[in-house]
Amino acid sequence: MTTETVAPVPTTSRARLFASLERITLVDVILWLLRAGILILVVVGTVATLIKGTYSLSHWFDFFMFGLTIGGVYALIALGYTMVYGILRLINFAHGDITMTGAFSAYFLARGLDRSGFMDAHPFLSTAAIMALSMGVCTVIALIVERICYRPFRHVATLAPLICAIGASFVLQHSFRGMFGSNVRSYPDPEWMKGTVDILGVTLPVVQPIVIGTAFAAMLFLYLIVQKTRMGTAMRAVSEDRDAAALMGIDANKVIIFTFILGACMAGIGGVLYCFVYKQIYFFTGFLPGIKAFSAAVLGGIGNIPGAMFGGLFLGVIESIGPPLFLDGLNIPAPYQMRDLIAFTLLVMVLVFRPQGLIGEALAKKRA
Amino acid sequence: MAFEVVASSRVDTRKTTSWGYVRSAGFQIGLILLFLAMVGILSMFNARPIIVGYLTLGYATLGILFLTAGIMVARARAFPDVTRTFLGGMLAGTIAAAMLAVIPAVMSVVNLRFIFVALHKPLYDMLTFTFASPVVGIACLIVLGAALGAAGVLLMLLPERIGGPLSAALIATGLAGLFQELVRPVLASSWATKWLHDLLYTWTGMHLQGAITIFVITGAVSLLWVLNRDRARAEWNTLPPTTRRNIRWGYLALAAIAAVLFPLYAGNFIGQVLLMVGLFMLMGMGLNLEVGLAGLLDLGFVAFYAVGAYMTALLMADSPFAFAQLPFWIAMPIAVLTATAVGGLFGVPVLNVRGDYLAVATLGLGEIARVIVLSDAAAPVLAGAAGILQIPRPELFGFEFNTPVSLFYLTLVASLVAAYFAWRLQDSRLGRAWTAIRDDEDVAQALGINLIQVKLLAYALGAAFAGLAGSIFAVMLGSIYPHSFQLIISINILALIIVGGMGSLPGVAVGSLVLIGLPEMLREFGEFRFLFYGLAIVAVMRVKPEGLWPSAAKRREIALDQETMAEQQALKSRAG
Repeated sequence: MTTETVAPVPTTSRARLFASLERITLVDVILWLLRAGILILVVVGTVATLIKGTYSLSHWFDFFMFGLTIGGVYALIALGYTMVYGILRLINFAHGDITMTGAFSAYFLARGLDRSGFMDAHPFLSTAAIMALSMGVCTVIALIVERICYRPFRHVATLAPLICAIGASFVLQHSFRGMFGSNVRSYPDPEWMKGTVDILGVTLPVVQPIVIGTAFAAMLFLYLIVQKTRMGTAMRAVSEDRDAAALMGIDANKVIIFTFILGACMAGIGGVLYCFVYKQIYFFTGFLPGIKAFSAAVLGGIGNIPGAMFGGLFLGVIESIGPPLFLDGLNIPAPYQMRDLIAFTLLVMVLVFRPQGLIGEALAKKRA
Repeated sequence: MAFEVVASSRVDTRKTTSWGYVRSAGFQIGLILLFLAMVGILSMFNARPIIVGYLTLGYATLGILFLTAGIMVARARAFPDVTRTFLGGMLAGTIAAAMLAVIPAVMSVVNLRFIFVALHKPLYDMLTFTFASPVVGIACLIVLGAALGAAGVLLMLLPERIGGPLSAALIATGLAGLFQELVRPVLASSWATKWLHDLLYTWTGMHLQGAITIFVITGAVSLLWVLNRDRARAEWNTLPPTTRRNIRWGYLALAAIAAVLFPLYAGNFIGQVLLMVGLFMLMGMGLNLEVGLAGLLDLGFVAFYAVGAYMTALLMADSPFAFAQLPFWIAMPIAVLTATAVGGLFGVPVLNVRGDYLAVATLGLGEIARVIVLSDAAAPVLAGAAGILQIPRPELFGFEFNTPVSLFYLTLVASLVAAYFAWRLQDSRLGRAWTAIRDDEDVAQALGINLIQVKLLAYALGAAFAGLAGSIFAVMLGSIYPHSFQLIISINILALIIVGGMGSLPGVAVGSLVLIGLPEMLREFGEFRFLFYGLAIVAVMRVKPEGLWPSAAKRREIALDQETMAEQQALKSRAG
């Protein structure tokens, strides 16, 4: 074997610069062009819109508030994704559809309560009942999915659990289609949900503060559980190192079940709030919010609970402000069609360029 | 290695009490029955006759599931003696039937139709056997469950000479009745076999004498086989290996010729079904390169299909959006090349993304492509939601491919060419590089494999197959719309590959036949097609992760694992 002279380690900063320039490949160039291209599009579009001045400040405020509203829903669903990933290192692909199941059951109860007039008479009680039912159904279905699709693969690190999850997602969607039919159902619209309300001098549709308030309350509650209770500490321990936690006497099985229950409850609340906002539900409604919530979870750094909350709100706001802000400026007709495009582009950009999320979390790097 | 054991075979480690197992078996079957009833599958199956006037698919499903309860008890060898096994089987069947009986019991008291649309009168009639009194009907159901549970045990306990032919005869009769749409056109097409057709079938399906005929014939043939099997095997083993191989190839060739000539006699409906199977098989071969060989889970695959279809449309159609009106044989290669280029481009951003994240990233890219194609912004070029119409059929020396059967033969030729490419790629240096990066990317890179080139080639070549399929799809339909290119197609193809076996070419064919052919043939499966796919994916992943026809490499791995397991068992029993 011939002895080769090893290239000298660059010492000066100039030498280091040249050394790193040598390692650039065509792929790196293309990726930089991609980043630059998207940045340029966004900036040009934004400047153009602001110059055109189609929207006034109150418009932007409306968009922002709507973004916060839907962002709250995404955040709740994203919490489920992020908690399960933290514990099992597995994307629960079926989570969006689990949300749908809760929302569907909530729909039936809501319809019954609305028809009998109970909903108009006792808004808090009926909403609480609907949320409770939704949480219960979500929990049951999440536990079933965990038992069938995730538990057998707990020690196997292949693509099998993800594929099983995709299958479970389909089974859920189409079982619900078989059980409840494929028509789009309209969520009842009681009197107290219509109209606007004045808060701190601004006028908002009633739905928005209800949704934002409930979402924040739920998130606060979850945060307290995870930080202050024993089970929450156990969750954080298992997500950091499952074997060490087992050595400390923590039963991983119980913790995993608890995590799924928590995630499902959040999803249940999120599902009901989604109905409040969009008022329409059918068997396929779970898919898109599921993907967007996953994007939100990755945005915030997957495995990071405050990150998921932030990611959800961020995604909601960008999705709401984005089309009028930069797509309109680029003279794209019907920019609202491209709303999903923004979410997907954000998802791909985050996964490709910054898998540890905007806030940053070591989990994603470790995975790769 | 222990991981492989868990993933590739079912390790039964739980030891429950015998009666506990009976309860669990009955409970599982009961759950399945409840699910089928509430989702509406049972009542839909009930509309399809197997033997006209006597047996429908719905009752057959009930029967098979009750039998399964008994079979599960017998196979688990829960009891040492025969009487208790029979009792166990009966109990399991009774439990399952009792669970199912909850539905008609509840339905007779309260009407839940406004919530669960499947709980309607046909289901109620089916489960109570159309008796006026629900109590009698439910009692019948429970008795049926018990009886068939015991029958299942009987089937397992019978000596092979009787049990084998009996099972074979039952299965053959069932299949002949179920697939009557497949068999009847073939039998009716030529007057030589028309007498057979009239003997077996009527307008709507198989009638009783046909069923009995098939039952008796299959039973007799199966009995003959069971009685003479050992002697036949001994004779077979005395033949020299070359003769054996020649005979095997001979059978294979006969089967292939029969399969190829079948659509000519089977009519346009079968031709259409086989055409869809062929298209999905083409796409499956492409995704197989990416997922099965290279381990790159690509959920945005439908985008390449769309590129192939749109490029062909834009080069051929008689529409204001088209660039030119080229013949198919020029447009198709251009479409395939475009798809290949797009595939390579598509792969560039996701080169560093791995595992689950890759699946979601490619899903995002695929959805981005779909949204752009569907949007009004791209409509001036891509026609938006209105689609591109008036795509002409391919023509070859004056012969126009305008029937499903002719298009099927076109697809068949394309599939054979593609399969040849895929087969050679699999065993080439590139194919081995792909399997290396599937197993461990870092080690592969350390061994000198250029990850970028290899991954981009995987995406590009996989996209080429999809582009070809898209091309044929465009000329088959004559017009294309963005709604044909949804995420669900990518997942279909993924399901195909999983069910057939990842990385295995014959597996792709098996997967397509099962997952695409079956729902087309049985409309009832077709209604619940995606539910069926989801259940197939979960079932295969749980029970047989290597698929229905695993690749040779996978089979060797599994054999090795089983050997090691057996060795470990032997060591343990010797030590303990």
